[in-house]
Amino acid sequence: MSQFFTAAVLVATVAAGVQLATPFLMAALGETMGQRSGVVNLGVDGIMLLGGFGAYYVAAKTGNLALAAATGLGIGVVMGLVTALVSVTLKAEQGISGIGVFLFGLGLTNVLLLRVFPSPVTISALPPVRIPLLYRIPYIGPMFFTQNWLVYLAFLLVPVLTFVLNRTTYGMKIRAVGENPAAADTVGVSVNRIRYSTVIIGCALAGLAGATLLLQIGIFQEDLTNSEGFIAVALVYFGAWRPLGVMGGSLLYGMVGAVVVTWKTLGIIPTSASDIAAMAPAVLTVVALLSVARRYRQPAALGKPYERGA
Amino acid sequence: MSYLKSALRPRRAGLGSRQDFFLSWFALPAAAIVALLLGALLMLAFGASPVTGYHALITGAFSGTYALTSTAVKAVPLLLVGAGICIAFRANMFNIGGEGQIAMGGLAGTATALAVPGLPAVILVPLVLLAGAVGGGIWGAIPGAFKAYFNVNEILSTIMLNLVAVQFMNYLLSGPLVANSGYAVGGLIPQTKLLSPNSWLPTLIGGTQLHLGVLIAVLLAVAVYVLLWRTSLGFRIRAVGLSREASKYAGMSVRPTMTLAMTLAGALSGIAGAMLVTGSISHRMVTDGTLTGFTGNAGFNGIVVALFAGLQPLWTILTAFLFAGLLVGGTSMQVVTGVPADLVTALNGVIVVLVVSVEYMRRRARARARTAAVAGPDERDVGSRQSDATGSGQASATGTAEKEVPA
Repeated sequence: MSQFFTAAVLVATVAAGVQLATPFLMAALGETMGQRSGVVNLGVDGIMLLGGFGAYYVAAKTGNLALAAATGLGIGVVMGLVTALVSVTLKAEQGISGIGVFLFGLGLTNVLLLRVFPSPVTISALPPVRIPLLYRIPYIGPMFFTQNWLVYLAFLLVPVLTFVLNRTTYGMKIRAVGENPAAADTVGVSVNRIRYSTVIIGCALAGLAGATLLLQIGIFQEDLTNSEGFIAVALVYFGAWRPLGVMGGSLLYGMVGAVVVTWKTLGIIPTSASDIAAMAPAVLTVVALLSVARRYRQPAALGKPYERGA
Repeated sequence: MSYLKSALRPRRAGLGSRQDFFLSWFALPAAAIVALLLGALLMLAFGASPVTGYHALITGAFSGTYALTSTAVKAVPLLLVGAGICIAFRANMFNIGGEGQIAMGGLAGTATALAVPGLPAVILVPLVLLAGAVGGGIWGAIPGAFKAYFNVNEILSTIMLNLVAVQFMNYLLSGPLVANSGYAVGGLIPQTKLLSPNSWLPTLIGGTQLHLGVLIAVLLAVAVYVLLWRTSLGFRIRAVGLSREASKYAGMSVRPTMTLAMTLAGALSGIAGAMLVTGSISHRMVTDGTLTGFTGNAGFNGIVVALFAGLQPLWTILTAFLFAGLLVGGTSMQVVTGVPADLVTALNGVIVVLVVSVEYMRRRARARARTAAVAGPDERDVGSRQSDATGSGQASATGTAEKEVPA
């Protein structure tokens, strides 16, 4: 245990935790937007897979990592249109249609991986970007200010989305539509338009989250996300539908993951017990869901399609 | 939850327009056709002929004794999970935890078979299946009770429990349950010892894989039908699914019913897990470290099967067989055309999305048909509907449910 509590190891673990937390954060922030407007999107995992594969294809063919991230985002937008059509216009049962999107993403990316990349190649990793001055701060600098640009983008979204949700007209409309769509409709807010916009934003961020995960790992493999998209949805509940809470949950998840990996490498926990240790985040999430369900109220219209006059 | 409400309503011979007639009878086949067309486009994109591909798929799934028996065996987990989904979804409990429940059932069954290998087959075979039911049942009861008593979203908790189950499986199969030979050599996939032949599911036709589990699964699906429409517990499950408040007002024990519905769904998946071990060719539990490696995605595909059957357990028998055919035939398609069999998973996803998407239009069509049939048999008052509900197996749980419930 003593080798764990050295400055170098601790700094490296926290830095890894921040990086691991980023895909969760991005996807969960997107899902927060959708859920605040009353739409549950359970297809996040499938969209992350599709976005990740798109990013992998572009990165492997062109070597342009920014273009790869943009591709993930673009695929997310397309999937967002489909998701919004199904959940908002066609008023499908959202919990189930999301599982369909997940199966579609899982199956299609496996097919594409086997057909397009019979022998997968590794792509170059995202280079870290040092934030001027801040990166010089001892300990803090290497932990938080020597990350790749997608990490900064994800964490920057936290204050931005908090502001949008709480301080802008658009945010007020989102919350109104999520709490009482009939009332919002009465005062002239287009429920469908607001929900389309939040679902598309959410799915775009899910696609970008998949691209981020891919660019951090550097290679696409079968079921790349390993249920990270589903965990991201759980983190929205965990964070009680607030961007800041979602960030807390994502960081916790990332840190626990990083600590388990470090402990395994250092031999603090035996390999035989590492599978048990790897259960920790999921168990933690269930416990967190338990306490959140007792303390916070979800958006009143969550998961309910809106029908005028019904 | 409106999908379930409409699924619970009896099918009516409404006097709607031609479009409504189409929606109520051909929407599901149309969804399947759209998915298959999409599959054909993908095959074309990969430079393979869709005709050859689908021919290989159908022949591989349904042509000859070997293909048919393989499909029947493949259908077993789909049918069991699907029958469980019929119970859970009708109680308005969205059980997405089939994967984890299958794994826990498989582990419990395997551990039992390894613990008491000497018992005669007449006792050991049912005992192993029972252990599977207990293992899966516990894994369903936890999210069920969390939802019923603490209002924890069951979709999320079941998904989390899938993640816990996979780690637990990897732990047991890399330590306590692992065979000494094999894993120790290194580089091999972890697996248990060969199970005692007394625990093996007996084959029904010599020279094929067709085992007793196929028969048991069909019988259990029939049992689920009887449970849901011929017992008071089934009535409670459906009533709770329609309206928790109304059921509570009617004096039903809502929370235990919700928990029980999830427990039964988990137990059926758990039996599927036990059968995946004792009915396999290798007769041992093998893992590649993922849940899919053991379950073959049956926990998710079971949902597709049950939805496609309109949450009717008896129809689930047919849809499980058809979707198992897709999975078995998918392998033949891969061999002939080189298009990976995972295409079937993607198409299943498309089918799920289409089925839930047309459901709203179907509901609207049925509502229109009802309005059109003025003074028809559908316009009876609530009281007569209630007597109808208790008398007929096809009727829905409560009279109020027959009204168009706002989504």
